[in-house]
Amino acid sequence: MTLDGVKRGQFFKITSIPDSLVRAQAIRFGIAEGEVVECEEVVPSGPVVIRKNKQLLALGRRLATQIAVTLT
Amino acid sequence: MAHCHGSVGLKNIPGGARKIVLAGNPNTGKSVFFNFFTGMYVDVSNYPGTTLEISYGQLGSDVIIDTPGVYGISSFNDEERIARDIILSGDLVINIVDSVHLERDLFLTQQIIDTGVPVIVALNMIDEAERQGLSVDVDLLSDLLGVPVVPTVAVQKKGLNELKEALFTARSGRMTQGLEPLIDRLINRVGGRGEALLILEGDPAVAERHGLQPEGFREEIYLKRRSQVNDMIKHVLKETSRGTSFGNLLGRWMIKPVTGLPLLALALYAMYQIIGVFIAGTVVGITEETIMLEKYEPAVRNIVGHFISEESVPGIILMGEFGVLTMTVTYVLGLLMPLVVGFYLFLSLFEDSGYLPRIATLVDRLLNGIGLNGRGVIPLILGFGCVTMATITTRLLASERERKIAILLLGLTIPCSAQIGVIAGMLAAVDGQLVALYSLVIFMVLVIIGTILNTLLPGKSTDLLIDLPPLRMPRLDNVLKKTGAKSYNFLKEAFPLFALGALIISVFQVSGILVFLQDLMAPLTVGWLKLPQEASTAFIMGIVRRDFGAAGLSNMALAPIQTVAALITITLFVPCIASILIIFKERSKIEASLIWGSSWLVAFLVGGIVSQLYSAFGGDSQSMGVLLVILSFVVITLATVIGCRLASRKKTGEVADRRL
Repeated sequence: MTLDGVKRGQFFKITSIPDSLVRAQAIRFGIAEGEVVECEEVVPSGPVVIRKNKQLLALGRRLATQIAVTLT
Repeated sequence: MAHCHGSVGLKNIPGGARKIVLAGNPNTGKSVFFNFFTGMYVDVSNYPGTTLEISYGQLGSDVIIDTPGVYGISSFNDEERIARDIILSGDLVINIVDSVHLERDLFLTQQIIDTGVPVIVALNMIDEAERQGLSVDVDLLSDLLGVPVVPTVAVQKKGLNELKEALFTARSGRMTQGLEPLIDRLINRVGGRGEALLILEGDPAVAERHGLQPEGFREEIYLKRRSQVNDMIKHVLKETSRGTSFGNLLGRWMIKPVTGLPLLALALYAMYQIIGVFIAGTVVGITEETIMLEKYEPAVRNIVGHFISEESVPGIILMGEFGVLTMTVTYVLGLLMPLVVGFYLFLSLFEDSGYLPRIATLVDRLLNGIGLNGRGVIPLILGFGCVTMATITTRLLASERERKIAILLLGLTIPCSAQIGVIAGMLAAVDGQLVALYSLVIFMVLVIIGTILNTLLPGKSTDLLIDLPPLRMPRLDNVLKKTGAKSYNFLKEAFPLFALGALIISVFQVSGILVFLQDLMAPLTVGWLKLPQEASTAFIMGIVRRDFGAAGLSNMALAPIQTVAALITITLFVPCIASILIIFKERSKIEASLIWGSSWLVAFLVGGIVSQLYSAFGGDSQSMGVLLVILSFVVITLATVIGCRLASRKKTGEVADRRL
């Protein structure tokens, strides 16, 4: 499944971020491929907000559709 | 240390001075450190990417240089490029780290250490980390990083003196493991570890400086650095408790549409009450009427009148209707300044509280449709204050495409506060349906133009990827200082342009061009817009400033529908002369001319359609006519949105086909 399909409160593992630039930014935020993160909030048909520890990151919907995740 | 990087572009740095660089992620409180070390003020913001001007000041015989807040150094955006070049040319880096977000911030720390520059870390907001149940083993962190670490609470001045005393104990730290051999291979060719590192990380600009190709190790190095940082965190950070604070809850409410939209509405309502009612009414009443028009202008006329006659050509230019000494000063100081200060005050509050990135998240989806991402909401909101100020703010948007769209929408559809003041007064005289007609038409024009631009312009808007900082109670002194600095910068930038604008229009006035243009426009005003002939004067005035135009209309005897058609036209009309001059400065000449020209076209087209439709729908049977006009516009808007969707789907389909 992709990131746009996760629901609030679910924990999931990021399996692939295809865009190399986004991938690099994600590594900086500590939200790289392989990390387990929590879905903090989903704006209906809008951005997905993910959390790792105290770090919150909002990703636009189109970006979210490109990121593969598996629920844990 | 190499000093050959001219790209930093700072003047007046004495030859022997060491360059001490302040670096850190956004929102780590760098400004407070900068102020402490130099006594100077620097603009900082909670919104990633608004400090592009670099501040620097003296620290003894050395120079201390501020950098924009970044999450890493590379070529991802302007902030990073600037921070990269300053750090590469620095002699010592003070790295400010947010103790609550160690995991994120230490990535930059480790990257800076990897450049080989001596580093000292300020572990800031250590009190907040403690409140959130986090404890950091400072000594161990210092050992693992290989550089001194000083815990600080900058806003309470805690630890700052210790940091200052320890400054020159800064040293090169421990590099990311496995990096050494890679760097050694390049170091002799480029002469510096930092340069070698960035070339390895695939930075095209740094590679080009040395005539090399960027290398492809970015991901490998980033991952190594990340795992080293994560490992460090595991050892130094202890989480003792985890609770949901009210701040977390409120932060969540701000993003969810169900609660976020009412909260946003509430915030905007507060803004309207303070800026639209209190400042625009009471404050401007004093500054513009009482001070400028009643005291300042007569005084100027009196003094200058001793030397030049008020009726002579120089007299008219200096102190006539559009006088450089009268109108410009009254307008900028009496009217605009209080409003701009008000808007920047709110912007600073929104920034410092962490609300702004959450608004961007909330409205992201809506703005995608008009080719912007959530960040685009900032210039659009500021546009209601002053379009000129908002145009400058579009610098924070991520791509040229977004800037193009935002500037056109600002120039065309967003009425500034001065204009809203006059328009609101005139709309008060017509009934509710017509007010709805006015607002809906303007809103729908914004949607139509944005949608069309989004379809026609090549490329896509950038995706939102934004850090949501914790909600914080803004510090009043910081908010006020920031408001002051921003307002001052705005005035500095806009004042000469307002003066130039006033000069141009005065020349038009004394040379008779103004009257000539008025006659030229008459057929358009009377035939197409169905307005009285004198209305063309209002539009000519509108070239200078749309609120002048609107004010010109308010003295005319107009039927309600004429009022609305005229107001729609003047709202969509060309941006004021200061805005357009700023647009010329910010964009290419062709683009600025296109924006100006298309404003004429769109304003008269839409205004005319409203008038013509209204009379076509029977005119006098009031209420039905208005409803049908609104309905027609809804149909046009929907048709445009759906048409553009289909067109872009076809376009992406074609691209996909070609790929196959």
